Amino acid sequence: MSADTVTENIPQDAEDKRHNAEGNATPRQEFFAGARATIPLIVGAIPFGIIFGTLAEPSGLSAYGAMAMSLFVFAGSAQFISLGLLSAGAALPVIIATTFIVNLRHMLYSANLVPKVRHLPQRWRIAMAFGLTDETFAAVSNRYLLQDDIRHAHWFYLGSFLAMYSNWVLCTLLGIALGELFPDMTKWGLDFAMSVTFIGMVVPYLKNKPMWAAVIVAGAMAIATVALPHKLGLIVAAICGIATGLSFHLLEKKRNTQAGGEFS
Amino acid sequence: MNEVLLIIGMFLATFSTRYLLFAVAGRVHFPEWLSTGLSFVPPAVLTAIVFPAVLMPEGEMWFSLDNPWLLAGIGAVIIALVRKDLLTTIVGGMAIFITLKFVVGLG
Repeated sequence: MSADTVTENIPQDAEDKRHNAEGNATPRQEFFAGARATIPLIVGAIPFGIIFGTLAEPSGLSAYGAMAMSLFVFAGSAQFISLGLLSAGAALPVIIATTFIVNLRHMLYSANLVPKVRHLPQRWRIAMAFGLTDETFAAVSNRYLLQDDIRHAHWFYLGSFLAMYSNWVLCTLLGIALGELFPDMTKWGLDFAMSVTFIGMVVPYLKNKPMWAAVIVAGAMAIATVALPHKLGLIVAAICGIATGLSFHLLEKKRNTQAGGEFS
Repeated sequence: MNEVLLIIGMFLATFSTRYLLFAVAGRVHFPEWLSTGLSFVPPAVLTAIVFPAVLMPEGEMWFSLDNPWLLAGIGAVIIALVRKDLLTTIVGGMAIFITLKFVVGLG
C-alpha cells in the first residue's frame, strides 16, 4: 500500500509505476485504486443524483420508481430525460426508445473496452456492462493507458463501478427525501433546473461547426415538431440533428482531403 | 404510466447498449462514420429537450424578452461558454431564473 502511494505521488515516472504494478498489484489494491480514481468524477455526479431524486415526484415518478430507476437502470442522462418526458406526458415506448438512443454512446465505450474484457468470463462481463457509465469509462480508460498489466484490472473496474453506483443510489435517496421535505420546490422554478443542467452538458460539445449545426437543427426541429403525438418530435428532432452534424462532418472531411490533394 | 414496465424497458434499453459488444467480444469493427454519428447523439437529444422547455415553457411559443426561461437559458449558455464548469452553470442559471421570476416578477 505504501509503495503504491509513493509511486502515485510521482506520476511523471509512469514507467516506474507500471513496473511496480506488474510486480504486486493484488485484486484488493486494484479495487481500491479504482474507487479512488473515480472520486473526482463522483463529486461531479452528486448534484445530478440529488436533483434527479428531487424532481422525480413532481415529474410524475413515484419515490419507489425513482429509487428503482437508479438501482436498475443506472444511467444519469437517460434518467433525467425520462423525467422530462414523463412530465410532458410522453408515451412509454417513446421514453424507452429515447433511452436507447441516448445510451447508444455506451456502445462506443464498450467497443473500446472489448480487448480488455475478452479473456473474462461472462458473469464478469455482465457486471462490467451494467456499470459502464461515462465516469467509470473515463477512470478505467486512464488505468488501461497507464498500465499494461490487465490481469487484475477488472477489479479496478469493479471498484470504480461500485463507488459510482453507491454514490448514485445514495444521492437519489437524498434527493427524494429533500423533495418530500419541500414539496413546493417545483414552484420555485426547479423545472428550470433540468434545462439549465442540460445546457451545461451540451455547451462543452460545441467545439466545431458540425456540432453547432447538429444542435441548432435539433433545437429548431424540436420546436417545429412539438405538436406530434407522444412527444415523438423529440426523436425526429434528434435524428435530424445527428444527420446534419454527420453530413457537415463528412463534407468538411471531403474538403480537407481535396485541399490536401492539391498541395501534395 | 406503469412504472414497473417503464423501469424494465429502460433497463433493457440501457443494458443492451452496454452489454452487446461485451457479449460477443469478437472482432467487431466499428465503422468511423458510426462512431462520429454517435458522438452527436447526446447534444442533439439534450438540445431537442431544452429548446421547447425554454421557448414554450407554458405550452405556447413565447419568443420575447419577458420570458424568464428564455433569458435565463441564454444566460446559462453564456456562463457555460465562459466558465466551462457544469456546477457554475447550474448555480448561475438558476440564480438568474429565480431573480427574473421571483424578484423582478417576469412571467
